[in-house]
Amino acid sequence: MKIKSLDELRKIKEESMEKVKLRQHGQGATEHIEVLIGMATCGISSGARETLNAFMKELGDENLDNVKVIPVGCIGYCHSEPTVQVNIPGETPVLYGNVKENKVHNIIEKHIKGGEPVKNMIINVDFERA
Amino acid sequence: MEKARTNIMVCGGTGCLASESEKVMKNLQLIAKARGYADEVEIIQTGCFGFCEQGPIVKIEPDNVFYVRVGPKDAKEIIDEHIIKGRRVERLLYKEPNEDKTINKQEDMPFYKKQLRVALRNCGLINPEDIYEYIAVGGYEALGKAISEMTREEVVEAVKDSGLRGRGGGGFPTGLKWEITKKQESDVKFMICNADEGDPGAFMDRSILEGDPHSVLEAMTIGGYVIGADKGIIYIRAEYPLAISRLRTAIEQAREAGLLGKNIFGTDFSFDIDLKFGAGAFVCGEETALINSCEGKRGEPNYKPPYPAQEGYWGHPTCVNNVETFANIPPIITRGAEWYASMGTEKSKGTKVFALAGKINNVGLVEVPMGITLREIIYDIGGGIQGGRKFKAVQTGGPSGGVLTENELDTPIDYDSLRERGSMMGSGGMIVMDETDNMVNVAKFYLEFTMDESCGRCTPCRIGTKRMFELLEKISDGKGTMADIDALKQLSYMIKGSSLCGLGQTAPNPVLSTLKHFPDEYMKLIKDVDTPTNNDHAKNKVKVNA
Ligand SMILES: Cc1cc2nc3c(=O)[nH]c(=O)nc-3n(C[C@H](O)[C@H](O)[C@H](O)COP(=O)(O)O)c2cc1C
Ligand code: SF4
Ligand code: FES
Ligand code: FES
Repeated sequence: MKIKSLDELRKIKEESMEKVKLRQHGQGATEHIEVLIGMATCGISSGARETLNAFMKELGDENLDNVKVIPVGCIGYCHSEPTVQVNIPGETPVLYGNVKENKVHNIIEKHIKGGEPVKNMIINVDFERA
Repeated sequence: MEKARTNIMVCGGTGCLASESEKVMKNLQLIAKARGYADEVEIIQTGCFGFCEQGPIVKIEPDNVFYVRVGPKDAKEIIDEHIIKGRRVERLLYKEPNEDKTINKQEDMPFYKKQLRVALRNCGLINPEDIYEYIAVGGYEALGKAISEMTREEVVEAVKDSGLRGRGGGGFPTGLKWEITKKQESDVKFMICNADEGDPGAFMDRSILEGDPHSVLEAMTIGGYVIGADKGIIYIRAEYPLAISRLRTAIEQAREAGLLGKNIFGTDFSFDIDLKFGAGAFVCGEETALINSCEGKRGEPNYKPPYPAQEGYWGHPTCVNNVETFANIPPIITRGAEWYASMGTEKSKGTKVFALAGKINNVGLVEVPMGITLREIIYDIGGGIQGGRKFKAVQTGGPSGGVLTENELDTPIDYDSLRERGSMMGSGGMIVMDETDNMVNVAKFYLEFTMDESCGRCTPCRIGTKRMFELLEKISDGKGTMADIDALKQLSYMIKGSSLCGLGQTAPNPVLSTLKHFPDEYMKLIKDVDTPTNNDHAKNKVKVNA
């Protein structure tokens, strides 16, 4: 397939972005919203992997390029797995408990897109302690 | 689930491949598949990350974790711990030498902190064998912009305004070279990429070609448009098989996408690129020798003028540029001359890639803004001298350059200040020596190299370097006299003054430079430095062992 104009190239660029999107580190260093997902043993056994995949899928479908989903180890709240922490630049991180697959949509809609944490799922943590 | 959530990037540069990174990658793929994660993680082979000393390198995104010295056996733990459980494999993280601290993020590592990657922007980031990854990071936009939105004059102006100078050693302003070639009246012109890279210790061009081949193809095509050439040639030494194979793939993909060939971007500009192979002779990197070699003749230099821009490949105007020079072109076009000129010093703009080698902790490839000091390169990026020993000297500019010493550690690195101090930027080889290195041996090493590599055309270069080498051997064997030192100096000036090409003209530099900075080391080896015996007033008499 031949690329016949700059516009066509740009279109292909958009389509190809998927391939390298996960690697946007360093150079550009734009501020990202981070979604950390606890993926230690108890997290996985209570469905963190499905949660993570649900995040990936929905964020991808909605083309939310400024969000990074990062699997992390034990967050420390095994009783409320799967746990998900949302870090929005400049704001206090929010930790959610019991985030099964079906709760993902809510978090994306209200918190990530709307900027309002989903109150009833929050685990209160004092992030200052660390 | 068809969308990958993690990218595992495995270095596929020559250094890491030599330490089994191919196996690491295969194992990662096998284990990811066995665990049912094949769709969630994508494993990509990239170009060199620069930190070859610590290879094989494996980087995981978006987690931004950087693993070093990863062996095939570590693949299991990376998948099981990191990918499946989200726990970092501590023992594979980089540890600061002399400090008991692990660092997991690439940008926190001192090795990368002072670097600014322009020419190496995509090395270690994209899969060099996938044109779409190059396009995804902005590839071929500069070409599109240049040929469909800019006049040839505007492109020349941009390159001139950027202040970019040739990275192959001479430091000639690239925009000016393009302008001169553009002005020649001829229907047939050529754009040549010099990928000979003969300097001992240098591997920046190889890494760019292996890690980001499309950037060179793109820049050559832009250059072809500017000077009015429809044909490009990459002259590459046959000892670079990986670079050659990646270039071949890239050329094929570019042709398929219509980015090489006829009517590029639907304009009436056509351009294509061929590869030509060199046998790996240092002198073939000299541009006129390179052109002779391309024509199938012996790789011997010609007198200049005429310059290649006037009469080059088969007598047609030809522009020869270095690999790294080309790699800087696309960002200059897309981000602008001003952006480029904002980096570096007044007369040396932008960044320079150096191949750090020798007695330094972090051996590897570094790209830094011009004007950074030697101290910053050696201590901050290079992590200092191995084994905590004392720094003695650094050879820059390969066999054409000279040594810089402790007094010059705070010299800002640019073309002119290196030359003022009797060395050269050269192509960017940087060999660091510590207190245990002997400077006479260093001089001997480089001289032996140029002696072997002399094409033999000029008597002073062919025979003079041999004589110099013999004198150095005599001195290091403890049989030399002061007269030999004088002879060395005299030969040096004569060879410099009467050789046809840059090889001969610079061959004596390592000797002159070590003589100047470390005369004591020569004197220690000389017999009877200044002790006339009997009535003999001859200053440098040789003792006769009767
Ligand atoms: C002996 C000798 C060897 C050279 N080897 C190389 C080389 O390996 N690669 C290179 O790009 N330039 C080399 N050069 C410099 C080239 O002649 C030429 O100046 C350069 O390719 C021009 O490209 P630039 O303006 O982009 O630096 C060499 C010069 C001499 C005298
Ligand atoms: S100076 Fe040496 S390498 Fe150059 S043309 Fe003469 S003999 Fe050949
Ligand atoms: S293992 Fe789940 S929070 Fe610790
Ligand atoms: S070859 Fe892998 S870091 Fe250089």
